[in-house]
Amino acid sequence: MNGMPTLDQYLVLSAILFAIGTAGVFVRRNVITILLSIEIMLNAVNLTFVAFGRALGSSDGQIIVFFVMTVAAAEAAVGLAIVIALFRHRQSLDPDTFTLLKW
Amino acid sequence: MTIDVIPFYLFGAVAVVASLLVIAQRSPIYSVLLLIASFGALSGLYVLLDAPFVAVIQIIVYAGAIMVLFLFVVMLLNAPHEETEEDLAREAGSRPRSASSGLKVFGVVLAALFVVELGWALTRRGGGAFPGRPVTSVAAIGLSLFTDYAFAFEVTSVLILVAMVGAVVLAHREPAGGNAHWGEGGSQGGPPE
Amino acid sequence: MTPLLVAQLGLTLFVFIMLLNSAAGMVYFERKVAALLQQRMGPYLVGPKGLLQPIADVIKLMFKEELRPAAADRLLFALAPIISATAAFAAFAVVPFGAETTFFGLLDEPLRLQVADVNVAILVLFAIASMSVYGIVLAGWSSNSKYSLLGGLRSSAQMISYELSYGLALAGVLLLANSLSLSDVVDRQAGTWFHVVPRWHVFLQPIGFVVFMIAGIAETNRAPFDFPEAEQELVAGYHTEYSSMSFAMFFLAEYINMVTVAAVATDLFLGGWHGPFLPESMGWIWFLVKVGAILFFYVWMRWTLPRYRYDQLMAFGWKILLPIAVVNLIVTAAGVLYFGL
Repeated sequence: MNGMPTLDQYLVLSAILFAIGTAGVFVRRNVITILLSIEIMLNAVNLTFVAFGRALGSSDGQIIVFFVMTVAAAEAAVGLAIVIALFRHRQSLDPDTFTLLKW
Repeated sequence: MTIDVIPFYLFGAVAVVASLLVIAQRSPIYSVLLLIASFGALSGLYVLLDAPFVAVIQIIVYAGAIMVLFLFVVMLLNAPHEETEEDLAREAGSRPRSASSGLKVFGVVLAALFVVELGWALTRRGGGAFPGRPVTSVAAIGLSLFTDYAFAFEVTSVLILVAMVGAVVLAHREPAGGNAHWGEGGSQGGPPE
Repeated sequence: MTPLLVAQLGLTLFVFIMLLNSAAGMVYFERKVAALLQQRMGPYLVGPKGLLQPIADVIKLMFKEELRPAAADRLLFALAPIISATAAFAAFAVVPFGAETTFFGLLDEPLRLQVADVNVAILVLFAIASMSVYGIVLAGWSSNSKYSLLGGLRSSAQMISYELSYGLALAGVLLLANSLSLSDVVDRQAGTWFHVVPRWHVFLQPIGFVVFMIAGIAETNRAPFDFPEAEQELVAGYHTEYSSMSFAMFFLAEYINMVTVAAVATDLFLGGWHGPFLPESMGWIWFLVKVGAILFFYVWMRWTLPRYRYDQLMAFGWKILLPIAVVNLIVTAAGVLYFGL
């Protein structure tokens, strides 16, 4: 219990968060919560990037995080627009009701 | 020599617990708010990693903009509480569908396996202390962004423009009457002669 | 417990108490100035010249019954005023209000009058402004009433729209100062040109200052941008269903946000604590004078201008203010590059 946490501790934390996000995508049956779980996964990846950037002493980690955040914002916006359009047709946010493309 | 391990465990615990609650909550609004708490904890972790710029950007972009968007959508759609397996079984009058609960189990097992595997892989190497390098300043990040990563920067701006236009087009609602028949003859809606 | 640590803790407590006092003072100030603008007297019964009126208001608010609509979401209903008030206080943590001082020789090394001297202070201000949207939108949603919901959604849409212009006006100052730290920005404004004109950023960035003030007024939901809490249209907008101390917290949050925006504008554009005739260590007097002038401007605007309609408000923010802020940024960048300002 002294000094700084090691790189491995940050990576394990990031792995746990990523696993939680993955579990969320599979377990939840509400489209908006699935999108939230995807955001959790992206954040876990951001943490990994920043941790490695700090370990290697370069600013590249933070710059890649900058781009990941921008892409996440764009994806959230378009994803939510799709959710709104879907909701107008089926009045439901359950992904199991959108089965038109199922064989 | 500061003791950085205590804040690390504190923020880490908040982030993990909040994320677990996000996927365990039934109400979407509580999920969004818990995710904001998780983002706040992650921002604290970024500060511990000597990345203050990323920490503040995380609050501004993620917790302050993306989550507001999620909150607006949840409120405007008046998102219903998610039905659990028991509710569906009660409505259908039959036992719960085994396929979807099998998928759930698969997802949780996959996630647990991932954590175990990564933990094993990391503990084999042992250690990985951070070097005591000087921190990178915001000016250095900006310089690198506009010289080495200039192309990616410009492409990102195009990406955001595309996302903006796409979101507006996808969520657009046809106005009642009016526009839907704009191709018809001049007797109804054409320009005056 | 070194003296420096004690001084820092004392400073934090002092800032907190002073913010509460400033909110109380603003209550009196606004009512008195409003009355004088409307050619009537304002509070004059409670205490000499009505100076104890805020205390009477606080006592009244404390004794009112705490109501909650039956269908309201209990947790969010209680959480919303807490978020609003917390964000309002937190923003002042990075605002410097005085030069380095040793408190008359009690400390070994000088302590700057700022709770937290972070090197990304300008971004932190922006981040906390983003967080204060949540108090309003949650208040609107959890009250479970149509006036509150409409007011809450409109107010949060207004706040996130004007945040852009707020940030771009900040970026103009950032270009001039070459640093994200508020202390550096103020230090750069010491001295004068030609011994007459003080070296404030408002003279280099007049349009930026105007954009910042307008965006600041819109951010704090004050007239003429206070449609979300318009008494005539929406009863009281997002805080319709609140009473007693929760209402007091929203009230408090609004006034402290005003004080914070005024303090930030003073630091960024009006030279902070630099002024003539006083030594640097007494600069906080000048700081108070400038903040008071901006607050007077705020109150003056409220009781002079009519309120914007909501669509006019949004059109103004997106179609007029944002392009002006962007052009200001470009011109400032060109000026810094070519004239080395």
